[in-house]
Amino acid sequence: MNEPIDLGNSFAEAVAGFGIPADLARVLWMPIPMLVVILSASVAVLLSVWAERKWSAYMQQRLGPTVAGLNGFMQGVADGAKLLVKEDVIPRKGDPWLFTFGPVIIIIPIFFAYLVIPFGQGLVISDLAIGIFFFVAISSVAPIGALMAGYASNNKYALLGGLRAAAQGISYELPLALSILSIVMMSNSLSTVDIVNMQSTHGILSWNILKPGVGQIGFVIFLISALAETERAPFDLPEAESELVQGHHTEYSGMKFALFYLAEYANLVLGSLVASILFLGGWSFIVPMGTVANLLGIDPLDPAFQVFSALLGIVMTIAKATLFVFLAILARWTLPRVRIDQLLDLGWKFLLPLALFNLLLTAALKLAFPAFFGG
Amino acid sequence: MSMIETRADRMVLSLGPHHPSMHGVLRLIVTLNGENVEDCEPVLGYLHRSMEKIAENRTIVQYLPYVTRWDYLATMFTEAVTVMAPEQMADVKIPRRASFIRVIMMELSRIASHLLWLGPFMIDIGANTPFFYCFRERELVYDLFEAATGMRMMHNYFRIGGVAADLPYGWVNKCRDFCTYLPDRLEEYDRLITKNPIFRNRVEGVGVIEQEDAINWGLSGPMLRASGVPYDLRRAEPYEIYSELDFEIAWTTEGDCLARYFVRMKELRESIKMIEQCLDMLPGGPYENLEAQRIAGGPKSEWNGPDYQFIGKKSSPNFKIPAGEHYIKVEAPKGELGIYMVSDGSMSPWRWKIRPPGFINLQVLPEIVKDMKLADLMAILGSVDIIMGEVDR
Amino acid sequence: MVLQGYDYLLGFLLISCLVPVLALTASYFVRPKGGGAFRETTYESGVEPRGPKGGAWIQFNIRYYMFALVFVIFDVETVFLYPWAVAFSKLGLFAFIEALIFIAILVVGLVYAWRKGALEWT
Repeated sequence: MNEPIDLGNSFAEAVAGFGIPADLARVLWMPIPMLVVILSASVAVLLSVWAERKWSAYMQQRLGPTVAGLNGFMQGVADGAKLLVKEDVIPRKGDPWLFTFGPVIIIIPIFFAYLVIPFGQGLVISDLAIGIFFFVAISSVAPIGALMAGYASNNKYALLGGLRAAAQGISYELPLALSILSIVMMSNSLSTVDIVNMQSTHGILSWNILKPGVGQIGFVIFLISALAETERAPFDLPEAESELVQGHHTEYSGMKFALFYLAEYANLVLGSLVASILFLGGWSFIVPMGTVANLLGIDPLDPAFQVFSALLGIVMTIAKATLFVFLAILARWTLPRVRIDQLLDLGWKFLLPLALFNLLLTAALKLAFPAFFGG
Repeated sequence: MSMIETRADRMVLSLGPHHPSMHGVLRLIVTLNGENVEDCEPVLGYLHRSMEKIAENRTIVQYLPYVTRWDYLATMFTEAVTVMAPEQMADVKIPRRASFIRVIMMELSRIASHLLWLGPFMIDIGANTPFFYCFRERELVYDLFEAATGMRMMHNYFRIGGVAADLPYGWVNKCRDFCTYLPDRLEEYDRLITKNPIFRNRVEGVGVIEQEDAINWGLSGPMLRASGVPYDLRRAEPYEIYSELDFEIAWTTEGDCLARYFVRMKELRESIKMIEQCLDMLPGGPYENLEAQRIAGGPKSEWNGPDYQFIGKKSSPNFKIPAGEHYIKVEAPKGELGIYMVSDGSMSPWRWKIRPPGFINLQVLPEIVKDMKLADLMAILGSVDIIMGEVDR
Repeated sequence: MVLQGYDYLLGFLLISCLVPVLALTASYFVRPKGGGAFRETTYESGVEPRGPKGGAWIQFNIRYYMFALVFVIFDVETVFLYPWAVAFSKLGLFAFIEALIFIAILVVGLVYAWRKGALEWT
């Protein structure tokens, strides 16, 4: 692989010109990628809110939002601004502290999990050695917040919604973790960057989704479990509006409701990014960048080409994540909601055995054909 | 196996009157054990407007604007039953053309009602998109109503002795267009809904009503026919010109939510068949200006005959209903809509008892939701097809 | 160098915590503070909540106690399998057979729970 662009080092070199030592430059640099990621995640949330409303409108032969901005582009901002200035109502019979901490506990791990998401080559806040394991661990915190919110509201719908959220969270975490595990096995690493690097050697052919058998089974398991973990239709039981009104956030209003809303879509975007990293090769283009350079007759180490390939990486990441966001929206507006016992049956009696089988199949294939499955 | 039993309180949950899936202002007091429904008690009356009492001090013509507020989604049937009761009491013959127009309007109304059953039913199950598709088709039915009656929902179109106005020019062709349009859309619903495995899992075997229970509870309409009783008033006791039409009674034997869905979908198709036959057989045809024909033909003209008018003889505003009592029923989309009318010979009925199908059908709900999941309760309630306007009256 | 990048983890945790804190603080300064007794009542479809203590804090039958137990077992299993999966290419056939036995034992447990009805939501 060619030398990736290291923005951190470039920053240190640039500020060294002002006489700032390298250690201080490193500390100064730290918050910059974090803030950029938080901001881009928030913008992605606004965009996916708009996309959801617009796409669902087109599926239903409506126009969707048209007033705020061009084609309702700023609808998410308008919603956020409205919720910002809305009164915050805490039910008198509820528990005010837990009521406040519920949405906070939901939103923190979801943003926190963006830590290990690479948006392009070298564009990751921190390439932790346990990367994807960190994602699995952190994503299981959110149901606690839902349960907390549901309990603290002292509302029957909210309690039922919170309990459902917890049941759903624990049931789908196992298939999710096990389907990730087979990818980890093929990549020989837990690091998200290594997982993508493993898939960028032969372009589209080395993407995990095209690994014979295990790739497709794992993809389906991951897709269903991730959809269930993000609590979106057809698995939106915790907030099934035909039974539970709004589920665990029935009593919420104003900014606290906005946090739930933000968390839902940030989780959707996060899940889409993880899916694209695990199965569609993250930032890698459909042909390896070295081959592109050779075809164009450019030196792969040419700085201009480096910048181009970095930008292309970001575009690929966003495009792949958008594909998954679209799939999730399509599923939400096409499928009816499953029932709680059907949901648990699907998780425990179908996906869990299938995921275990998939894991063993991966191991067996890896023993038999080491060359095709990551050595 | 014996699960570990711990003491658990029952949750008494009130669903409604202000609840997203209560089809208006129904209130269900549900006792939950976990997610299981142990008991369910419907509470009615939030939309009571004393419709029966209002009838007692109004003439039929004065009362007609009110009746569309019983079942505001199947409006033509309420009007039909309201005018048919005094017509049969006073033995008023209505022209054949008017009778055809009435049947066309009723069947269109049935289509509108079933479409607006399907949409909310799917929302109860959690699929939002079919609702908009149903509204798209229903809008066309309402366009037809608007063209013929001037109103989209509250038509006030039926009169003692016929209908208020003849069909306008071009209406018949417009209606034919609709009849060719809708079957394709129903195919679309089949692709979107019927073949969806999640939908099948949610409704198959849920809310089963046995044939005997269905009869004993006095159910009618699709609720009864889905339980294996092919009883349809249009065939069993034909009124208007239904005896001349060729149609099949939609019925199945399973008695679950899916069966009720299939029955209603079949009825949509049968209604289109009936409308098309009526349009073909309509006396006077689609010709728009029968009045001019009549004047041009003079008093001996065949257009002056009893077949070709839209109203036989305009009933006087103070039409006196002959003394006596009478029960009249029509096959509304939700079931048997009946009127028991007692008259003392004055202008307004002495007693006006409405038998709304939704009210009778709703009574079976607590029986069939026992030991079902909370989510099933919504599916079953959706499949019963109630309109609180007629349940509470 | 296995433990590199954890300074960023701490920093990002702080910044993630700032998101809800900032949002709620900003809202605190701009939102109206009307309130009122009726606004703070519990929503239950427009009627007064019934039941003991008039609320949802009852000893309610949560159905997934058994699910939670099975979940704990399998979650620990998954955690054990992660290092195995990462190092699998170095370990070879022996590790495969080991994991096979390990998973087989747990599958027996799953089948047992299944047969016993612990996975039924009734």
